[in-house]
Amino acid sequence: MIVTEAKSFVLVAAMITGFRRVLVAACAGCTAVCGVGGERQAGELADALRLHARLRGEVLDTEVRGVTRQCEPEFVAELAPAVARAEAVLTLGCGVGAQFLAEHYPGVPVLPGVNTRFAGGLAAPGVWEERCRLCGDCVLYLTGGVCPRTRCAKGIMNGPCGGAAGGLCEVGNATPCAWLLIWERLERLGRTGTLDEIGPPPDWSGAQAGPRRSGKGGGVE
Amino acid sequence: MNPDRRIIAFCCYNCAYAAADLAGAMRVPYDPGVAVVGVPCTGAIEAAVVLGAFEEGADGVFVAGCLDGECRYKEGNLRARERVAGLQKRLAEVGLEPGRLEMYQLSAAMGTRFGEIVAEFVGRIKALPPSRLGRGAAVKGGVPG
Repeated sequence: MIVTEAKSFVLVAAMITGFRRVLVAACAGCTAVCGVGGERQAGELADALRLHARLRGEVLDTEVRGVTRQCEPEFVAELAPAVARAEAVLTLGCGVGAQFLAEHYPGVPVLPGVNTRFAGGLAAPGVWEERCRLCGDCVLYLTGGVCPRTRCAKGIMNGPCGGAAGGLCEVGNATPCAWLLIWERLERLGRTGTLDEIGPPPDWSGAQAGPRRSGKGGGVE
Repeated sequence: MNPDRRIIAFCCYNCAYAAADLAGAMRVPYDPGVAVVGVPCTGAIEAAVVLGAFEEGADGVFVAGCLDGECRYKEGNLRARERVAGLQKRLAEVGLEPGRLEMYQLSAAMGTRFGEIVAEFVGRIKALPPSRLGRGAAVKGGVPG
């Protein structure tokens, strides 16, 4: 899942200053699951922005509309009538959604209401942790399902580095040493032999080739 | 009705609303400017409802729910408390005094306490100037015309 966080209210309020009619565009995908970009959050944000504007003697009209996913053109197209009524669009979709909106509606400023952080999963209620660096060269089959590129602070392919103490990474934040996790997991599976070979350095070319594509006509496999 | 201040009290049917009822039966006087709105559980009060009350001119809003561990729905009161804390921060960001919103917890048997809560909150709101979001001026969801 793409993990997003709400931008500071002060920044959002500053971004929309000067616009009288703003469409707050929610997304029912990842950002809604993160509790920052669903229709409910969009409604709350719109309410607060109107209060903020009125307390400053400004006039603000808001409209809240949500779509299933802002990262698909057919859903983005559903917003056309609402966009036509707006001077600006404040999107609570991720960076992908914001760009799809901007491409689909070139005549209207599209402003991001959230910060897009990483690809992660739910670690505890309300807490998301990164699990994938989107490197495009998955090595989980070698590492017992624990990604060294994401979860090792140094991103090394042939660990451990020797800097861990008590099972925790030397960078702090109580981060478990990824290579210790890899070893423990492979030991349990009886597959530690996969670590006997020194692996090649990570191939980051798949991660750095500009806007990547996948599916028909894209991807290397 | 108090002409100076408008206060909305969102009260849980299982505790605060019954306490308000009891306060009446006990002849405990409390400020008539308080409009009591009954809700099935304070956990059901969405942020938009509270913000809407302010948008429509409320000078103060309080949420009154069950004591810790006594929520009929287990933890609705705890959720409400978290939500109120978040909304207080949001009010400050918006430009309203966060003290205009408060969460109280009491049981259905605490009629006298309900009167005290109202007195405390009304006193707090009267110490503040009237809300600049004038009553009756709000147009929910947008600009007039």
